[in-house]
Amino acid sequence: MYKYDNYDQQMVDARVEEFRGQAKRRLEGKLTEDQFKPLRLMNGLYLQLHAYMLRVAIPYGTLNSAQMSALGDIADKYDRGYGHFTTRQNIQYNWIKLEDAADILADLSKVEMHAIQTSGNCIRNISSDHFAGATHDELVDPRPYAELLRQWSSFHPEFTYLPRKFKIAVIAAEKDRAAMRLHDIGIQIVKNDAGEIGARFFVGGGMGRTPMIAPMIRDFVPLDQLVTYAEGCLRVYNRYGRRDNKYKARIKILVHELGAEEYTRQVEEEFAHLLDQGVEPPRPELERLKPFFADPPFEDGPKTVDRSDPDFALWVDRNTHRHKHDSYVSAVISLKPVGGIPGDATGEQIRTMARLAKQYSFDELRVMHTQNIVLPHVKIADLHALWTELDAAELGAPNLDTIEDIIACPGLDYCALANARSIPLAQRISERFDKSGKTAELGELKLKISGCINACGHHHAGHIGILGVDKKGKENYQLSLGGSEAEDVSLAKITGPGFDEDGVIEAVETVTDVYIAQREDGERFLDTYRRIGMSPFKEALYGK
Amino acid sequence: MKILTGNDLKTGAVVWWTGNDWSIYVDDAVDVGDQAEEIMAREEAARRVNVPYSLDAEREDDGKVRPAHIKDRVRALGPTVRPDLTLKPQSPEAIDWVI
Amino acid sequence: MGNDSFDSEAGSLGVSPDEVQFRFRDDEVADHGTVTVDACCDQTNATAVRIEPGDDARALLPFLDRLALVEVNFPTFGDGRGYSAARILREAGYTGELRAVGDVLIDQLSHMRRCGFDAFAPDKRLDEEDAVKAFATWDNVYQSAADGRKTIQELRHE
Ligand code: SF4
Repeated sequence: MYKYDNYDQQMVDARVEEFRGQAKRRLEGKLTEDQFKPLRLMNGLYLQLHAYMLRVAIPYGTLNSAQMSALGDIADKYDRGYGHFTTRQNIQYNWIKLEDAADILADLSKVEMHAIQTSGNCIRNISSDHFAGATHDELVDPRPYAELLRQWSSFHPEFTYLPRKFKIAVIAAEKDRAAMRLHDIGIQIVKNDAGEIGARFFVGGGMGRTPMIAPMIRDFVPLDQLVTYAEGCLRVYNRYGRRDNKYKARIKILVHELGAEEYTRQVEEEFAHLLDQGVEPPRPELERLKPFFADPPFEDGPKTVDRSDPDFALWVDRNTHRHKHDSYVSAVISLKPVGGIPGDATGEQIRTMARLAKQYSFDELRVMHTQNIVLPHVKIADLHALWTELDAAELGAPNLDTIEDIIACPGLDYCALANARSIPLAQRISERFDKSGKTAELGELKLKISGCINACGHHHAGHIGILGVDKKGKENYQLSLGGSEAEDVSLAKITGPGFDEDGVIEAVETVTDVYIAQREDGERFLDTYRRIGMSPFKEALYGK
Repeated sequence: MKILTGNDLKTGAVVWWTGNDWSIYVDDAVDVGDQAEEIMAREEAARRVNVPYSLDAEREDDGKVRPAHIKDRVRALGPTVRPDLTLKPQSPEAIDWVI
Repeated sequence: MGNDSFDSEAGSLGVSPDEVQFRFRDDEVADHGTVTVDACCDQTNATAVRIEPGDDARALLPFLDRLALVEVNFPTFGDGRGYSAARILREAGYTGELRAVGDVLIDQLSHMRRCGFDAFAPDKRLDEEDAVKAFATWDNVYQSAADGRKTIQELRHE
């Protein structure tokens, strides 16, 4: 994976010192909260319900054991012994003191990490496929391109005060594991008819209040123009994105209001102009980045496991992903124990995962947008040993992509913007389905919960989505069906009137019953919904 | 009644206005009547509190203070999903007070 | 700051004589008031213009030769359109004074400088020491912008 050189290290260190100064000026009263807020946000520091919250960037979701271990140490040293992995492949800490923030950033910089641009109206941490560089089905490893864009977007002088936040995802497989088209810019690395590698640009997707699927605006950008094209996309947005209304400020609204065609025309014009401006990093830079992501020294070995232990066999079936080398798999560590808090891990668990990565996965880990952790390169021969250790550390839940693998944002338990709690729903639903034993029968079912319209829990993209709303001071939940963040991307539709907490849990059970009654061979919940439409579900939920 | 809350600038801790200082216990909160703006402006300028705001609350028969909105009750107690991290780790029933 | 001549407390002009707090130019400070972008396009002799966030900086491109001063107004520091305006002018070859005015604060200085601003007239005077530090925030930079600095990527492959 990528290693900082002196320049990268210098940049991060400079930022730590800059932030230390800013925090000091705030504490001395030289900065008002209004002035300080965007500065702390650009270093990932929020003020949440109970304390400051720090969000640490995990560029394209990739990290090594030392970094993971440091994240565990920070949880113990500065927080209350745990961290929360987010749907943006980052980690956040809930109980941070402003006085400590600069020291945490300094600790992070020792392991080549930071919290730069994890919030604020700037280009956020770049996300990617969590199986990048390991999966059997990718064209190339997307991460060198993501790293190129990471450097370009870090401290970008022109794009630090955009109309609104800006999220970029880069993938390089037909299968979309990064919700690419629900990003402000989604980039798919593709091969054209001439056999050259380039980038396909989708712009103007997003979730939030007005969810939209990004239209494609360019099917092939040559690799030596990638950064320049992105710069064109951003400049048009910075100049013309709406600033009169926070809720209409995302690029999806600009693209929607202009129309994809007109937006594209403006980008192409800006791009043509920028091509002469020397914006693109020299081509050798990309070649410098690629070897950092080269394959580790894989060895041939057994290609199957001993399935005599049914618990182990179930975990293998559910929690591993096919690797490009047939003696390996990518193993997923579920952070969704039954009744647990999705995405939370203790300092101890984080260090355990770090140690296991070192032992079994060439020192590498990934964070998934579904709030789980991947050990990308595990020898099939080592799987049983790995699983045994995971199980002992309560990290062995065999529930990937099932109804127990729920995405839930922090919601009203932690988040200042929330309308309702998300976590208790996730806990109760996973307990209920685990107990009834229906989880296996339901197969792949993606349930996603957000505590407010900001949609951090991706509810628009859930096969089943739940959105917390405020109904006269009481928590209320809207149910929606039919969303997907994958290559068959679609936005979920609301079933009808909302429910209280008990009601929405019942409602989830009801819609799964409709699915079981109506499904045809091999259909997932989503497929059945797409075939039969909303009405049967509505009828079951609300009567005629 | 109207009470004031905010966060401690340095630590971020949730605090409530007691009439002459800030306390982490909502039960210490006092009714500020129509003085809210004045107190908040003064206290914020002195950096004794960060992003203060006023809210409605009720004083219950036992003298305890109950904020009107669930969000402020969550702030007053702590995360309902981590009773061990709330201000009342020994009394799980405190969660019911929030909801 | 690099090798720029750093001329604090420069002589000044524009909306109010004492407002320019930092200036990175050696030329004489011209003495003329600014006009709006619209007026500048209509008026053949204006030599100083003021860009508001909603203005199209490209409307000025035909007149760059006669302009000695462009002020870019930041009514609030969070409105970043002025950064693009500045770069667009520099990319088009404008070499006159490019002055950031309005809600210009310490922590925006380094980025403004990179986008081509070479004079700063903040609404509220800035702490001198903090500002000097802010201008020098970045020893090196990741992007090519209007300040002509070599990027880190270029330095890596020299
Ligand atoms: S969706 Fe809303 S409640 Fe949930 S984390 Fe995001 S902002 Fe907070």
